[in-house]
Amino acid sequence: MTKSELINLLAAKQPQLEPKDVELAVKELLEQMSAALAAGERIEVRGFGSFSLHYRPPRIGRNPKTGAAVQVPDKFVPHFKPGKELRERVNNGTG
Amino acid sequence: MGGKTVTRADLANSVHQQVGLSRSESGDLVKLVLDELSDALVRGESVKLSSFGTFAVRHKKGRIGRNPKTGQEVPITPRRVLSFRPSHVLKDKINNSG
Repeated sequence: MTKSELINLLAAKQPQLEPKDVELAVKELLEQMSAALAAGERIEVRGFGSFSLHYRPPRIGRNPKTGAAVQVPDKFVPHFKPGKELRERVNNGTG
Repeated sequence: MGGKTVTRADLANSVHQQVGLSRSESGDLVKLVLDELSDALVRGESVKLSSFGTFAVRHKKGRIGRNPKTGQEVPITPRRVLSFRPSHVLKDKINNSG
């Protein structure tokens, strides 16, 4: 499922809402989540899961082609931890 | 790194303010979005949200685990787990904002 399929699915199930508003809402939701993580905040949604940042210290990397050492600066990577309910549903799911 | 945690209510509030739907419509819609995402994952579908990331279901084989404290062997059953791969856009946003 892609973002546009998600928007179409929701719009079809919510005929009382303008499809344009559904699209805006989905985009705003993702925009807000990205902005929160960029600001160093956590996101926690009960039943669904939480997003947090994990620190990666600086390291010496290597260009695999030339073998040259490259300094890789430290960074934060986003991490998603599924909530208990979603984790259990996925594990017992039909897929 | 701020210690603030964004919750479902904060997300609903920003939809309310930015899209102009009522508070209750916004809250319902945020819940519906998360429900649709969850349902797709439970069906085993992956969900690709461009410029945010991809949620996918991974099938793990059963294996013999070990209780690290007692050294006792414990069977771990095959299971399905969720993985999230952040998009480059999201990773760049996080690391270029200081």
